[in-house]
Amino acid sequence: MLKVSGLSAHYGRAHILEEVALEVAAGEVVVLLGRNGAGKSTTMKAIMGLVPPSAGRVEFDGAEITGREPFEIARRGLGYVPEERRIFTELTVLENLEVGRRPAPPGATPWTPARLFELFPSLGRMQDRPGGRMSGGEQQMLTIARTLMGNPRLILLDEPSEGLAPVVVERMAEAIVTLKASGLGILLSEQNLHFARGVSDRATIIEKGRIRWSGTIPALLEAEEVREQYLSV
Amino acid sequence: MASGLTVIFGVSRIVNFAHGSLYMLGAYLAWTLVTSLPRGHLGFWGGVLGAALAVGVIGLVVEMLLLRRIYRAPELFQLLATFGVVLVVQDLALLTWGAQDLLGPRAPGLRGSVEILGLRFPLYELFLIVVGPVVLGLLLLLFHRTRWGTLVRAATQDREMVGALGVNQRMLFTSVFFLGSVLAGLGGALQLPRESVNLHMDLAIITEAFVVVVVGGLGSLSGAALAALLIGELHAFGILVFPKITLVLVFLVMAVVLVVRPHGLRGKPQPAAHGVAAAEPMIGAAPPALKLAGAVALLLAVALPPFLGDYALTVLTEIAICILFAASLHLIMGPGGMASFGHAAYFGLGAYGAALAATWLGVPMLGGLAMAPVLAGIFGVVFGWFCVRLSGVYSAMLTLAFAQIAWSVAFQWVELTGGDNGILGVWPDGWAAPKLAYYYLALALCLGGTLLLRRVVHAPFGYALRAQRDSALRAEAIGIDAFRIRWWGFTLAAIAAGVAGGLFAYGKGSVFPTYLAIPRSVDALLMVLLGGVQTLSGPIVGAIAYAGLQERLMRLLEYWRLVLGAVIILLVLFFPQGLAGAARFFWERRHGDA
Repeated sequence: MLKVSGLSAHYGRAHILEEVALEVAAGEVVVLLGRNGAGKSTTMKAIMGLVPPSAGRVEFDGAEITGREPFEIARRGLGYVPEERRIFTELTVLENLEVGRRPAPPGATPWTPARLFELFPSLGRMQDRPGGRMSGGEQQMLTIARTLMGNPRLILLDEPSEGLAPVVVERMAEAIVTLKASGLGILLSEQNLHFARGVSDRATIIEKGRIRWSGTIPALLEAEEVREQYLSV
Repeated sequence: MASGLTVIFGVSRIVNFAHGSLYMLGAYLAWTLVTSLPRGHLGFWGGVLGAALAVGVIGLVVEMLLLRRIYRAPELFQLLATFGVVLVVQDLALLTWGAQDLLGPRAPGLRGSVEILGLRFPLYELFLIVVGPVVLGLLLLLFHRTRWGTLVRAATQDREMVGALGVNQRMLFTSVFFLGSVLAGLGGALQLPRESVNLHMDLAIITEAFVVVVVGGLGSLSGAALAALLIGELHAFGILVFPKITLVLVFLVMAVVLVVRPHGLRGKPQPAAHGVAAAEPMIGAAPPALKLAGAVALLLAVALPPFLGDYALTVLTEIAICILFAASLHLIMGPGGMASFGHAAYFGLGAYGAALAATWLGVPMLGGLAMAPVLAGIFGVVFGWFCVRLSGVYSAMLTLAFAQIAWSVAFQWVELTGGDNGILGVWPDGWAAPKLAYYYLALALCLGGTLLLRRVVHAPFGYALRAQRDSALRAEAIGIDAFRIRWWGFTLAAIAAGVAGGLFAYGKGSVFPTYLAIPRSVDALLMVLLGGVQTLSGPIVGAIAYAGLQERLMRLLEYWRLVLGAVIILLVLFFPQGLAGAARFFWERRHGDA
């Protein structure tokens, strides 16, 4: 469903992405693993059109979307959940969800605030609270819920477990599994292999802006030297 | 008016001078429509609404043709572009409606007046008093009860994220700008029965509206309303109690509010802009070629003048003074990272310092020239203490407020400063009286001052100044007292501007309050921005280009503002790095990625 090939990007003269290639099928969870600064977030921003790619091709659902405006890409059904969460702090939970609302593709059951509160019950208890007065975990749930309001078919989920308490990470993992079961494709970025292995089908490892390894989760668990080289801190 | 501005600013973060022009256009268009339509209710109210809508469309065109292209540019550049629009609109209005004040008809049905508590109130004033809160209420409803409003409020905080959620934020902006323009036009049109329409409405209202917006807190509608009320009351009662200092009073209130509540009455701290990690380019030593060019220019500046006439010498002297003035502003704007909208204050204070010393104390010219930086420096210390505590637009507005205070004192304290008539007869001593001698004196002082400022940027103080600009927090963490550094930088700039002002006073032989006024501050801003904020040669190039351009245009053309404004707009669109910045860009590109 999402196919990235030869994607490169620069900040000024510095190469930050070099010929990144990856693929995510419908209903599949692929994890992009790598250390801090490896290029995970930039890959997602380049796919989303937030960082202009200097070369390469991004296809979504059979159509090329390289270099399109972020809002056009989002309207095609590709959702983006940023790492920094970027909640609208002045807006309430319900208003945040309203900003994300887009019509669902024909045939799909649209997300509504009520359905999202089933997925994230704690949000349902603070519907009128301003986004700025929520804990980190609640904000993370709200960002995901806000993106889901756009009824995407695939989401880019940037480090959802970062900085969260273990019990909240657990909750997040459950939500991802539920979403996957509903047929949503997910490109997840993570440093936390423990979290990623529980929810993902396949893994792609990125280091210094290049893809170094791709394979299934079981294969990654076998390949100790790969983990040693690219993931150990 | 203020609500229009705060809406636009809140969402687009475009500091917009042109809003005043839209207001003025609203008044002019209303005048045309109301006087050409048949008399009566329909003619008047139709004319007012028609004018508001027409201004909305004009705003739309401006947004789509100009502003849309520069949303990503630094705030100050946007400001420059909108100032270009102001100049263009002023001359277009002059072309269309002429220079005379136009008197509008009174509103049908609201001609009379009523008596309240023994005071006679015109009905129309009462009507306006009602309209204001009604419009405000509608806006609040619009922003809090509609999807459009929710999107706008979200975009206020994080435009890019709203886009990533599938909202066409460009369309959203355009619609916001349209609404803001309609409000500005309506504001202007509604003034028609109250006061005459003239060409000074734009800058007058924009200053006041900026004050209201900043006092109220950027992006806060209720704050703007509160501030508008406060300022309105001050005007009304100030005239009764202290008729002489109403001008000062408003700005004093603004200064007090900003010192007590740095983000305005109802404002919140501005969130740091997302995504744009504004790593300013490094400032290096000048490359050899540039040094050579500088040396050649200097050689010409020294060798050529003896062969020039008096008029050319006067122009060159002024350019030299402009260079120092621009360089001083550049110090706080470029390396310092603080914008000043009121830098003319120190220029003017320098001029007054020199003139007062000459006329009241009778000191010779060199003494007067020495007084100039002293006076400017003292006020730089005082004003700077307030200004450097704030950041961004707030700081810039406070500099404007202080400049306005200084201006009104010079304007209203007739006994000391001669008020509007200024101080005349400030001529240089005999040895410097010939134009040529004075030119060399100005050149030496300005060049020396500019080189000194340049040296400062490369000294440890300059490093600290740039460090606090890039991250005040990190700079403080390594032991830099950011506040003190900014304060010193501000004072230094004030002193240098004072020298320029003193030289200007002796060069002209007279001093007027206009030396301290907003247009001159804008001149300085334009020079710096034209040259490029982040290049050291920028202010020099900018000063030469701007002073030269204005000089030529004013002499050759009646409608010089139109041309100047258009040139500014084109420059902003095509050379967003400024002239010197653009030159460096081409230079680096030609010489490959070294």
